[in-house]
Amino acid sequence: MKQEKLIEGLLKLSGWLSLAITLSVMGVLLYNAAAFFAMVPLWEFITGTSWIPFAERKAFGMWPLLSGTLLTAGIALSLAMPLGILIAIYLSEYASEGWRRIARPALDLLAAIPTVVYGFLALVFITPMLQWFFPSIATYNALSPGLVMAFMVLPIITSISEDAMRAVPKIHKEAALALGATRWQIVRKVVVPAAFNGISAAVILAFSRALGETMIVSIAAGQQASFTFNPAVAIQTASSYIIQMSLGDVAQSSIEYSTIFAIGLSLFFLTYLLNNLSFWFRDRFRSSKIISAA
Amino acid sequence: MTPITNIFTLIEQLESWVERQRKGSFAVYGLIFTLLVVASVLTLFLYVSFAGYPRLDREFFTGYASRVPEQAGILPAFLGTLWVLFLVAVISFPLGVAAGIHLEKYVQNDRLSRFLEVNIMNLAGIPSVVYGLLGLQFFVRSMGLGESILAASLTLSLMVLPLVIISTREALRMVPQMHIDAAYAMGASKWQTIWLQALPQALPGIVSGTLLAVSRAIGEAAPLLVIGALAFVPFAPISIFDYFTVLPVQIFFWLSKPQNSFLVNASAAILVLLSITLFLNLLAVGIRERWHKRLKS
Repeated sequence: MKQEKLIEGLLKLSGWLSLAITLSVMGVLLYNAAAFFAMVPLWEFITGTSWIPFAERKAFGMWPLLSGTLLTAGIALSLAMPLGILIAIYLSEYASEGWRRIARPALDLLAAIPTVVYGFLALVFITPMLQWFFPSIATYNALSPGLVMAFMVLPIITSISEDAMRAVPKIHKEAALALGATRWQIVRKVVVPAAFNGISAAVILAFSRALGETMIVSIAAGQQASFTFNPAVAIQTASSYIIQMSLGDVAQSSIEYSTIFAIGLSLFFLTYLLNNLSFWFRDRFRSSKIISAA
Repeated sequence: MTPITNIFTLIEQLESWVERQRKGSFAVYGLIFTLLVVASVLTLFLYVSFAGYPRLDREFFTGYASRVPEQAGILPAFLGTLWVLFLVAVISFPLGVAAGIHLEKYVQNDRLSRFLEVNIMNLAGIPSVVYGLLGLQFFVRSMGLGESILAASLTLSLMVLPLVIISTREALRMVPQMHIDAAYAMGASKWQTIWLQALPQALPGIVSGTLLAVSRAIGEAAPLLVIGALAFVPFAPISIFDYFTVLPVQIFFWLSKPQNSFLVNASAAILVLLSITLFLNLLAVGIRERWHKRLKS
């Protein structure tokens, strides 16, 4: 009996470990970022449009890194969203069961590929191909990693959206069918609107994942922190800035060192908000399912 | 039949024809899109295989980092990856399973349970590079582990812990309630029921989830670059306190070199890394499929 109490105590400790990890992530980021914000006013960080951490006259405005991050993730999403939703519609409404059972794991495998491999793909495959069509594109640019990133986040969109579409009660589809609706009309007027919450959750989660993606942009997007939304030139994202700084020799107490925690905190904050927005949509999708089943 | 009704049937026929075309065309487009994605993955595999395969000789596996691309090998990176694979499994499996059991079987309060579940989903959503910052401050600096294999493995274990917890909970939920009730009816205590009845039945599902988590961990480069993976490791790492590099980090450093022949090395290393990842994934899927079949029977 005593032994059992001990085991249950250990289980409880592990159970609460997850909360401890969340708190330590926040703690570590806030603690080290505090040193940064003691030297750089928060307002200057949020509104500044130039990021010059190395020169004599430094500037710490987050917009160059934020624009780079939003640009690559935006490119990724503008390809992954239509493609992912169409594939989800196809798999849930049109594809045969046998083909679906092959295609879905194959798509999920996209998420299992290490991101350095995607980076390699962007640098040695996609960029030369883009340059062949548009010679003015730089070797390091935002477009190529963005496009490759679309494939990385595609399985998030297809799997969650497809689950949402398959959760639409059959009786609704049959009702539409009985009224004479065609298959495509059912998709457009019944399935997609009913699965809207699930699709939104999927797209937002994919966007958040793209914002935090690091290796693809570190390899193929360059290291030019400039405030631009031009996809053809080198940019820098928040995540690739952290990598660039980590590779260099920077004294631990310097302001350059504390910048990576300030940038990390911003990235954490942004993805945290998006993830929870996604969870909110997913909860709405789940509770609406219960109502319709009742 | 009047001409008017004739026209109406004609229009109807036309409409249904258009509809058939549209329906058919969407099925075709969907198929094409899906095939396109699957084909692009295959192309990637083929491309990397053709580019990297010639480099996969014995010297490549037994060689160390070098400035001369033709002499460079992956021994330190390969061993580093094996270390990380082993340590992450050993660290994250017991912690994740224990946490999963506690959350699934012991937390009775619905509000608390919901709160902890959302927290775990949030952990799973934190960008990997941010875990690197946690590892840098916590393991490398505060705990004084330095830029070691152990610090790297601990960081990656925290990163994949949510995946192990989530798969443990899902696997426990799959165990038929009947079996649980039977154990209680025989007079088993709660822990005995979990340890002797629920856990053995859920184990394949948990193992499958852990394999996926480990395969995610060995593919990561970002958090390890943050905590200080080295570009050149001139020795084979034999202790958990050694400096380290791993395959993804090695690939990253080779990709940042200007010489083209380093790209060949990168392709070869990618081939090795992809093989390990693919093997772990297929193993996980295989175990899960067999387990599902057994649960159903």
